[in-house]
Amino acid sequence: MSGGEPLIRWDWIGSHAGYLAGLAGRHLYLSLIPVVFGLIVSVPLGIACTRWRWVYPPVLTSANVLYSIPSLALFLLFIPYTGLFSDLTLIIPLTLYTLSVLVPNVVDGLRQVSAPVSQAATAMGFGRLRQLLQVELPIAVPVVIAGVRIATVSSISLVSVGQLIGNGGLGVLFTDGQQRIFPTEVIVGIALTVVLAFAADAVLVTVQRLLTPWARTGRAAA
Amino acid sequence: MNALFNQIQSAWQWLSAAAHWQGPDGIPTRLLEHLEYSAFALFFAILVALPLGLFVGHSGRGGFIVASLANSLRALPTLGLVVLAAVLSTGDPTVPVLIPVALLAVAPILVNTYEGIRQVDPDLRDAAAGMGMNPWQVLLRAEIPVALPLILLGLRTAAIQVVATATVAAYAGLGGLGRYAIDGLAVSDYPQVVGGAVIVVLLAVVVQLLFVALRRLVLSPGLRNSHDRS
Amino acid sequence: MSRLITFDGVTKRYPDGTVALDDVSLECATGEITVFVGTSGGGKTTALRTINRMVEPTSGRVLIDGRSVLGSKPAELRRGVGYVIQQAGLFPHRTIVDNIATVPRLLGWDKKKARARSYELMERVGLDPAMGTRYPYQLSGGQQQRVGVARALAADPPIMLMDEPFSAVDPVVRAELQGEFLRLQSELHKTIVFVTHDIDEAIKLGDRIAVFQTGGRLVQVDTPEKLLAHPADEFVSGFVGRDRGIRRLSFVPAAELPLRSDVVLPETASVADARATGEPWVLAVDGTRRPLGWARAEDLPDSGALAGLRLTDPGRTFQVGADSVRTVLDAVILSPSGLAIGVDSGGGVVGVTGHRELADTITAT
Ligand SMILES: Nc1ncnc2c1ncn2[C@@H]1O[C@H](COP(=O)(O)OP(=O)(O)O)[C@@H](O)[C@H]1O
Ligand SMILES: [Mg+2]
Repeated sequence: MSGGEPLIRWDWIGSHAGYLAGLAGRHLYLSLIPVVFGLIVSVPLGIACTRWRWVYPPVLTSANVLYSIPSLALFLLFIPYTGLFSDLTLIIPLTLYTLSVLVPNVVDGLRQVSAPVSQAATAMGFGRLRQLLQVELPIAVPVVIAGVRIATVSSISLVSVGQLIGNGGLGVLFTDGQQRIFPTEVIVGIALTVVLAFAADAVLVTVQRLLTPWARTGRAAA
Repeated sequence: MNALFNQIQSAWQWLSAAAHWQGPDGIPTRLLEHLEYSAFALFFAILVALPLGLFVGHSGRGGFIVASLANSLRALPTLGLVVLAAVLSTGDPTVPVLIPVALLAVAPILVNTYEGIRQVDPDLRDAAAGMGMNPWQVLLRAEIPVALPLILLGLRTAAIQVVATATVAAYAGLGGLGRYAIDGLAVSDYPQVVGGAVIVVLLAVVVQLLFVALRRLVLSPGLRNSHDRS
Repeated sequence: MSRLITFDGVTKRYPDGTVALDDVSLECATGEITVFVGTSGGGKTTALRTINRMVEPTSGRVLIDGRSVLGSKPAELRRGVGYVIQQAGLFPHRTIVDNIATVPRLLGWDKKKARARSYELMERVGLDPAMGTRYPYQLSGGQQQRVGVARALAADPPIMLMDEPFSAVDPVVRAELQGEFLRLQSELHKTIVFVTHDIDEAIKLGDRIAVFQTGGRLVQVDTPEKLLAHPADEFVSGFVGRDRGIRRLSFVPAAELPLRSDVVLPETASVADARATGEPWVLAVDGTRRPLGWARAEDLPDSGALAGLRLTDPGRTFQVGADSVRTVLDAVILSPSGLAIGVDSGGGVVGVTGHRELADTITAT
């Protein structure tokens, strides 16, 4: 850090507001698409895991192994298929990460329906599908959303690593700040990432309140 | 399929070249560096997070703060923190850069330890105290053993996180396995990039397996079928 | 080795203002079972927990053999006082043997001795020692509760505190546990304080019963018999229930009933002998006086002996020296003849008794 330079140069922020907003938008796009894809995959997969019990252990093990693979390594392994600067090189691995959180949560959520509730539903003449749509899924919503919250926040904080392969939303502020030894840029990048994560989380909490008026708050999963 | 085959082949060639197994840039050296960084960061993360989680869980005070703190830590971008530590440091960046690496591992240990202790059945605590255990004995002989599945889960998550973050730390000038990615990308040496990535993945899997073994070893069979997902 | 527990004007007010005990004074006698019973929230648990200092009274004193419990360190005090709670509170990470050995180990016994003691106790409480290496989740609720009792007994404490230990198990298992508990106490003679919300359990187990009312007021302390006969106030009589009159009969020995033997005839007796009694039913007995069955006068043939007839099953009998009037009442109601058959300890008929005798005796007590 050059002497006399302030830690944060507010004027830089002011003059780059448009640029920063653009980066934030792109960051959100890169991090939220995987969550959406993750949900689309994990809900049917989770349902399959509860219908056929033998499916779950291998799925769970795969999710655990996937989760343990460092993001940078996973991005790198995808380069030969999707290309260095392609969005897919980020989106596919990030989607896989969300699965490791979402699938177990969907399964836990679906399993929450107690035997008496399920039997009562059957006794009232609910078919298999109706029971799934009208009983099990609604009851699972809080747990699933708790998983979506974790997946979203993780995704938002992970995207910037993608900058090491040339595509990371706000992550460009980190690599650029590193090369120019310019702390302001790095700090702004961190702050914006955290703000985006909190904002997305707040939106999801609100969504959950609206979707599940019967449950006060979602289970905070670790 | 062809791409996959090429990838495996080039990575294998890179990995099996004798030159890559010696010297300061050789795989053993880098692996050892990586393990050193990870152990150092994990040690400090445990040192901070475990006692704090135990205390908050046991006393029942400050649970909300722990949850919020952990949430905030989860939102922090790894690369940003690592770069910030490097940019702000003068001289050798190793220790400054390892601070955020440790910091990011605090959240899983803290949250799981806290949750584990908090979830201990109040009847069990009552029985333990009622039989004449002092508060320390209640913590050590009742609460911690029962919370162990979650505590181990937290440690495992933290260890995995540390291995991953240490990879990113190479960007800030540290050694370790991340160097192959950073250096390989800089000169478009993809066999090196992929070979390095493969080693990182293997290390992550080994860490995962170590924790499976640890769980087998230290967890009472009375708790094996209890609540967690590992 | 047993101890006397004294409550001396004990009041407990929780920080939120709830008064859980209101000036309670009471003695729990040495070697006896004192049952705390009452409505939920009546302060029973709180009272129990002041004895082992899990709760500290706001005012008043709790004494063991005349010495305040505040005189010993909580942990040390508790190692000498057995404690059993509703959900057993077993350590899920320890085997059954190690669960039972908890207090001996805390007291510094070596592992071998503590384990040997555990196995001894498992047999005592009716658990198969083969279960010793199992973990709590592998046991049924009733078995877990037995382990809870064994664990509390492990260091042979003179005092046992039991907070609704049997209320989480089903009625059949509960009755079984209660029976064994009484058998155990007849061997061990501990000073036991037993909390329950179930008045039937209190009457069955208690030597003395203390009734707590919401607000932590102790309204009556008495033997079960006196409690049923003379409830102190409306609350107690409401609590012991509308059928307390019938429950009270449990404490009147059947030996107080007059027995008739005019309707008891050997099987060799003739139909004419049976008619000669002038009674609507006669009871035929065999050579060893065991009851064979009832014969109705109306249905008797013209001639022959009782042995050749189809008799009505004698039904339930009562043991004259052991059963209570309540059992007799039950037998009378269920008997086809309206008469209950009293037998001696060998099963031989001593005599029969019916509505009239019951009515006279009940009015007299
Ligand atoms: N730790 C506590 N803090 C505040 N109030 C309590 C506490 N424990 C019990 N109480 C209150 O004290 C009263 C007596 O409780 P308790 O002794 O558990 O009654 P019982 O065992 O007869 O059901 C109840 O009103 C209960 O809500
Ligand atoms: Mg109670």
